Amino acid sequence: MALSEDEVRHVARLARLSLTDDEVAALAPQLSEILGYAEQVGQVAAAEVAPTTHPFAPTDVARADERRPSLARDEILAGAPHVEQDRFAVPRIVAEEG
Amino acid sequence: MSADTLLPQGWELVVGLEVHVELQTNTKMWCGCSTEFGDEPNTNVCEVCTGQPGSLPVVNAQAIEDAILLGLALNGGVAEVCRFHRKNYFYPDLAKNYQISQYDVPLIHDGHLDVDVVVSDDAGEESIDRRRVRIERLHMEEDTGKSLHVGDTGRLHGADRSLIDYNRCGIPLLEIVSRPDIHDPETAQAYLRELQAIVQALGVSDARMEEGSIRCDANVSVREVGDELGTRTEIKNLNSVRSLGRAIRYEAQRQVAVIEDGGTIRMETRHWDESAGRTETLRVKESVTDYRYFPDPDLVEITSPADRVEAARARLPELPAAARSRLAQAGVVREQAAAIVGAGTLGWYDDAVRAGGDPQLVANWLAGDLVGQLAAAEVTLEESGVTGAHLAELVGLVADGTLSTKLARQVLDGLIEERGAKTPAEVAKDRGLEQVSDEGELRTIVERVIAANADTVEDIRGGNAKAIGALVGQVMKETRGQADPRKTNELLRELIG
Repeated sequence: MALSEDEVRHVARLARLSLTDDEVAALAPQLSEILGYAEQVGQVAAAEVAPTTHPFAPTDVARADERRPSLARDEILAGAPHVEQDRFAVPRIVAEEG
Repeated sequence: MSADTLLPQGWELVVGLEVHVELQTNTKMWCGCSTEFGDEPNTNVCEVCTGQPGSLPVVNAQAIEDAILLGLALNGGVAEVCRFHRKNYFYPDLAKNYQISQYDVPLIHDGHLDVDVVVSDDAGEESIDRRRVRIERLHMEEDTGKSLHVGDTGRLHGADRSLIDYNRCGIPLLEIVSRPDIHDPETAQAYLRELQAIVQALGVSDARMEEGSIRCDANVSVREVGDELGTRTEIKNLNSVRSLGRAIRYEAQRQVAVIEDGGTIRMETRHWDESAGRTETLRVKESVTDYRYFPDPDLVEITSPADRVEAARARLPELPAAARSRLAQAGVVREQAAAIVGAGTLGWYDDAVRAGGDPQLVANWLAGDLVGQLAAAEVTLEESGVTGAHLAELVGLVADGTLSTKLARQVLDGLIEERGAKTPAEVAKDRGLEQVSDEGELRTIVERVIAANADTVEDIRGGNAKAIGALVGQVMKETRGQADPRKTNELLRELIG
């Protein structure tokens, strides 16, 4: 499957990557090759084999609803670009997600 | 307003609701951080809920159990096997840059909720119309952090920067997606209220809209009757049941106006502005493929074997609809039954009736005066110490004439003050609130009043029967309102002759 340059730009935008035209031109065939490699799975996949999402098959790994200590606030805020009112300060948000 | 007057003739409103419920577990969905509401910002945060490299989410078993319980209460089927996906998007309220959610196989599928809507006919006669809203799916995901927009205006638009508190990030969240089965604002409101009542009855969430533990988005479209579904818009920021109704009404009328003007509706997310009473474009929706859902490799499949599902079903408590109809059958009027079930005071009702209280009389207090009296005393029913047995005794004392309704209210105030440490009879006695219905005592007072009001007595004997009211008033004054009015009347008539 060949990826068009527009598709590369679209995926780059979704991943918030800024690419030059040269990079787009270089990446389109490379990404197509990776996709083609993954597509080989389709050639060997048999109808009677259910698609798997994991290389191993445990299920229901869960924990009891018991509290554990959180990180110290200073420690977590140390990773923030800016701190204001004990919160992570980020540039204004233009559109709401969720 | 009925559906007929909402839109011009020939138009139909179509609404589907997405309701998010925050579960009331002790810990978050994937880590052991506390879910406490109102804690200091960024104090309930760890490597997992901020998506630090190398951290590993592990499912909260309680959250799954709660979700299954709610799914069963909504008549849904439980997936034998389900999994979690990553929904990828960049927004600062999620530090991971993806939300763990469910995609192709939700935990619960194909349920429904029946809601009662009060409708009035042309003559203004009210009746109940039961409507079924199908539920497409209920899936598990995680909540996002809380953003505080600061800057010149403090509002979303025009804010300089956003301040993020990740305490809420990772709290178990259920998304309940209805089918587009709703055709008027009242049904949407009834659906949300009923869902809230069920969630509270199950105890899986406090479902407080004002704290955001239950939230609702509305997908609204219009079409000419008989047509295919129209393009929908998604309305966000609905902070109350009232907002939901107002926003749907506004948006439906806006869409019809746009189409009748020759325009088209764009698929977009719109923001409800409660004070302005209108919706505004927030963003054009990203398509589903842009979220690049894929199975989360950090999490394994969740299985729900039939025996575990049946065990959960057996744990379902009485649901609000069943409770309401049980009260109605006991003779409680509909609005009061709804108020009692909605306020979570059903336990007191049941205790009172079990203790011999008359159902309707108990309901009168529980859904009536008691609510205001508790509010005035600034306590909840639980904190007040007033029990069902107290209520049964109180209505008994009114029924046998020991207390007038007015005195009973004072006894109840006394009970609340004493935090239920005494019985109503004890409070009445201690505070001298019992009605004077003792024949001898009352007779003396009535005789005194008659002697002191010779003119009025003559008036009555002369045929002005209404004048007796003035004498009853005098007796009430003498007894500080504690005379039994019925007995007073009898005695006056007897003595005046």
